[in-house]
Amino acid sequence: MKTIYFDNNATTMVAPEVLEEMLPYFSQYYGNPSSMHRFGGQVAKKLHEAREKTALLIGAEPDEIVFTSCGTESDNTAIMSALDVNPGKRHIVTTRVEHPAVKALCEHLSEKGYVITTIDVDSDGNLDMDQYEKSLTKDTAVVSIMWANNETGVIFPVEKAAQLAQEKGIIFHTDAVQVIGKMPVNMKNNVVNMLSFSGHKLHAQKGIGVLYIRRGTRFSPYLIGGHQEKGRRGGTENTPAIIGLGKACELAGRNLARENGHVRALRDRLEGEIKKRIPNVKVNGGRSPRLPNTSNISFEFVEGESILLLLDQYGICASSGSACTSGSLQPSHVLRAMGVPYTMAHGSVRFSLSVYNTSEEIDFVIDTLPPIIERLRDMSPYWTADKAVCANP
Amino acid sequence: MWEYTDKVREHFLNPRNIGEIEDPDGVAEVGSIACGDALKLTFKLDENKRIKDARFKTFGCASAIASASALTEMLKGKTIEEAMKITNQDIANYLGGLPPEKMHCSVLGQEALEKAIEHYRGISHTKPDEEVICVCFGVTEGEIEQTVRQNHLTTIDEVTNYTKAGGGCKNCHEKIKAIIDRVYAAEKREERPIVKPKLTNLQKIKNIQEIIEHEIKPSLKQDGGDIELVDIVGNRVLVATRGACATCQASQATLKGFVEWKLRELVSSEIVVEEVSL
Repeated sequence: MKTIYFDNNATTMVAPEVLEEMLPYFSQYYGNPSSMHRFGGQVAKKLHEAREKTALLIGAEPDEIVFTSCGTESDNTAIMSALDVNPGKRHIVTTRVEHPAVKALCEHLSEKGYVITTIDVDSDGNLDMDQYEKSLTKDTAVVSIMWANNETGVIFPVEKAAQLAQEKGIIFHTDAVQVIGKMPVNMKNNVVNMLSFSGHKLHAQKGIGVLYIRRGTRFSPYLIGGHQEKGRRGGTENTPAIIGLGKACELAGRNLARENGHVRALRDRLEGEIKKRIPNVKVNGGRSPRLPNTSNISFEFVEGESILLLLDQYGICASSGSACTSGSLQPSHVLRAMGVPYTMAHGSVRFSLSVYNTSEEIDFVIDTLPPIIERLRDMSPYWTADKAVCANP
Repeated sequence: MWEYTDKVREHFLNPRNIGEIEDPDGVAEVGSIACGDALKLTFKLDENKRIKDARFKTFGCASAIASASALTEMLKGKTIEEAMKITNQDIANYLGGLPPEKMHCSVLGQEALEKAIEHYRGISHTKPDEEVICVCFGVTEGEIEQTVRQNHLTTIDEVTNYTKAGGGCKNCHEKIKAIIDRVYAAEKREERPIVKPKLTNLQKIKNIQEIIEHEIKPSLKQDGGDIELVDIVGNRVLVATRGACATCQASQATLKGFVEWKLRELVSSEIVVEEVSL
């Protein structure tokens, strides 16, 4: 059975060009870039090229790029660093819809005595900028706001938010894991202090992350060890992964137009056809500025895990914000923050596309999905004939 | 991805007895859409007062659908008295087990069954005085107490897995702990023998392996001894002694007095430990 992969916000395929670029650096050029000999030195040179390519994708300088092991490490490093350089300040501002890499860390810090303000979103998933502006105080050490939400794809006005933080002398970090490679980002056009992203969301391998640190931003390392990354992150460099990431960033730069053309068109057709063919559906965050590849759709009166497992029977991969898929008992914190009603939240499915998806795949999904939803609604006690009956909403 | 058994997957993909019986003898609706799963159960008796047909409608995940499908299959041909004996553990066993986090699906099935039988007998289920402990999922004191008692639950996490209580805002955790403590205090007073839930062979083997690995071995190793699990045949647990145990005169006493005693206490009273040489 062919796999139809519509789960690219979870992870992506390593691009063939990326793999090819990486392969010699496992068993052929395995030298340590810090070594004095030429065997290691040639790897250091390649590493430098990868750093330049990575910097170029986001309009940064090469020395503003620090390679880490993943998006979570970058997020944690940024926030912990900001707290470390502001020992007197005990306040953190973030949002209700962050990825666990930020959310769980802030909850942990809250237990340690830090005060956390979580900014609300409205029913379209947009950030409450008034609340944000008022939340910034003299005691605020750091702001951490994701650039785009991983579940809905809704884009936040991060550049504006960074400006407001800068005016008050507050360090601003953004988790841009879902953004880099999907829309143009130029760090020369904003005042964001630190930005995190991850290789495996843009067709590089898992286990490689990036923390951008703007020149002049006070910084305190999280992993303390060797002099690697100019002392900002100890540990021998993951050379094949970094070299692969450099290639992936180069490809992503070239594919940006395709993301916003081809991928957006596929996504829009998928959404349009689903809305046309299936009653009682809603696109979560659909009225807001969104990433071109993400679609979060709620199917009323059915449960997300059942939808996913039936789609899986056809080789179709997607995600859900339902309680049952998360292992917790409540639907996704993002949909709850948006006030999506329970009848809708439990039946949410996220489709996230990439440049490798095709129009034929969209055709297959829009033909396969309606009978699946109908089948589950037929066995739902809240759905009779062609009208929905909600017993206890 | 959940590790569902083949039987769960099969019942999810081909659920039996979907629908509603017109003019049923027993009917019940449990759960709610807010909680993430809901089940409507109907049944009809034949002239000999045996369940002729049972049907369900459900809103829920794969294990909720499979649990409801299994329940309706189990009900067919049973008298009301026989049906009343079906527990959530029976439903889970019928499906070859459920992931711990999904046990509440089997509890939902049992709840629906109890309520449908009460409806058949004309008993009103509503107990207005009963305190709702978990406000997030609307779980009452009685429901938690019954599930703790029936399934021998000892932790708040287990209660959450089985009833959902405590899975939301967590404000009720202290109350749940108090219920668990009360149930065990009462059981101790009455000195009732603890009836363990019936295990499938697979569960039994897994439990034995885990107890040997995490409880027995570390304890023996403190005295320089060790054992190795060789095989499990029915209730016979075959082990080989290692380290100091292999040469110790008292190792037989250890095997019977400690290893067997521990496995009987934690897995099944019928376990016999035997030593084999390898």
